[in-house]
Amino acid sequence: MRQMKLALLAIAGLMLSGCGYNTLQVQDEQVKSAWSEVVNQYQRRADLIPNLVNTVKGFAAQEQAVLIGVTEARAKATQIKVDANDPESLKQFQAAQGEVSSALSRLMVVVERYPELKSDQNFRDLQAQLEGTENRITVARNRYIQAVQDFNVTVRKFPTNLTAMVFGYKVKPNFTVENEAEIAKPPVVDFAAPPPAEPAPAPAAN
Amino acid sequence: MIASRRPWLRILSALSLAAGWIAAAPALAQQSVAVPALKAPVTDLTGTLTPDQVATLEAKLRAFEAARGSQVAVLIVPTTEPEAIEQFSIRVAETWKLGRKGVDDGAILIVARNDRKVRIEVGYGLEGALPDAIANRIIDEDIVPQFRRGDYYGGITAGVDRMLSVIEGEPLPEPKSGPASQDMPGFFQLLPFLFVFALVGGSILRRIFGRVGGALASGGLVGLLTWFMVHILGIALAAGVLMFVFALLGDLGGGGRGPGGSGWYSRRHGGGWGHPGGFGGGWSGGGGGFGGGGASGSW
Repeated sequence: MRQMKLALLAIAGLMLSGCGYNTLQVQDEQVKSAWSEVVNQYQRRADLIPNLVNTVKGFAAQEQAVLIGVTEARAKATQIKVDANDPESLKQFQAAQGEVSSALSRLMVVVERYPELKSDQNFRDLQAQLEGTENRITVARNRYIQAVQDFNVTVRKFPTNLTAMVFGYKVKPNFTVENEAEIAKPPVVDFAAPPPAEPAPAPAAN
Repeated sequence: MIASRRPWLRILSALSLAAGWIAAAPALAQQSVAVPALKAPVTDLTGTLTPDQVATLEAKLRAFEAARGSQVAVLIVPTTEPEAIEQFSIRVAETWKLGRKGVDDGAILIVARNDRKVRIEVGYGLEGALPDAIANRIIDEDIVPQFRRGDYYGGITAGVDRMLSVIEGEPLPEPKSGPASQDMPGFFQLLPFLFVFALVGGSILRRIFGRVGGALASGGLVGLLTWFMVHILGIALAAGVLMFVFALLGDLGGGGRGPGGSGWYSRRHGGGWGHPGGFGGGWSGGGGGFGGGGASGSW
């Protein structure tokens, strides 16, 4: 009888490691760390912006609209409390960060008109940092997408889906293609007129 | 019969066509430049550098690794199309895993000659010594001017020299001398578990099945268990045999050091650790991580 129990225990142990419980743990952690990296890199970009805006201001103070656009987009993005497990929250986060991206690309278009600014060493350093950070964001996002994909496959695939069900693991939302398109929107190069109708983005609107 | 077979055939052929498309789609979509195998610190796929120049550069990079532990590599490819150089270079970095594991002190200078693009890819551990701004300056001030004159070797040497001198100033852990102890995370995590099983399960199984039978049973169980946890056949077998021997002898004097299997744990983490010592012959990455830091430029 005792031996039977022990044998059962051993088999249960075997099943626990064979049924993907450990895989789920590992992949869940990987998703978490990949997500921290994404947030980390967006934060890095947000930290760069004030410096960048100040430097540009020194040479191109008349580009108020664009500078304010960047500052406001940054403020909005940093206010968002994001929960990566909530699709709605993730979407909002994406949209806000996408706005920062497009505001920044407008800024970079404007900068082209100021050769003095472009040759300023401080600005060049900042620009390199910004480019590096954008690249890090891309890498972090790709890794996050991959980690979530691996996790979701485990959650859905048989027989690990049973384990996931028992322990309450659900498919996680990922950066989607629509969001991707929104974020990877190419900068609108419009030399004819300054960006129209964007002076006061009502912050009160919810 | 025949009438009912036809639709099946049609569906089948449609399915196989679809499957063919699905299989072909990634091949069509990707077509990206393959990451070359890492054999030496300098990989020139374009024949831009003479063998002498390659040898000089390699000697410098190997000496630096021996002295400081950091791995710096140079890669010259004709093109990275259709990818941007950043995408290609992060793939190279992820495959090569330059730098020591945990220290992440690797860096790669990548030149795409026909695209006229150059990039310095920096490992996590060197982002302090070689931040994006510095990498950008190295490209702008040391590499690009010489590349514009057509002096590739001059540009690469100047760039590498400045990279090394910048890394030199960073307080990094001392390089290990000799072959570093190859760590085996998976196995060491398993050890306590195996010991408990060996102690408890082994003796019980021996009582049930007798000496040899019990040893066989516990060996098999441990092998299976290991297989489930690490999914590497060699290791599972080694663990099983080890357990068999222990159970047969009946007591567990001394520590059970498993023989080091090759290709440890390399399923997800890829790569496998090389020899961070970097002694003659081949050259491989030490397991360092990259996160997309660095800078790119063009000439």
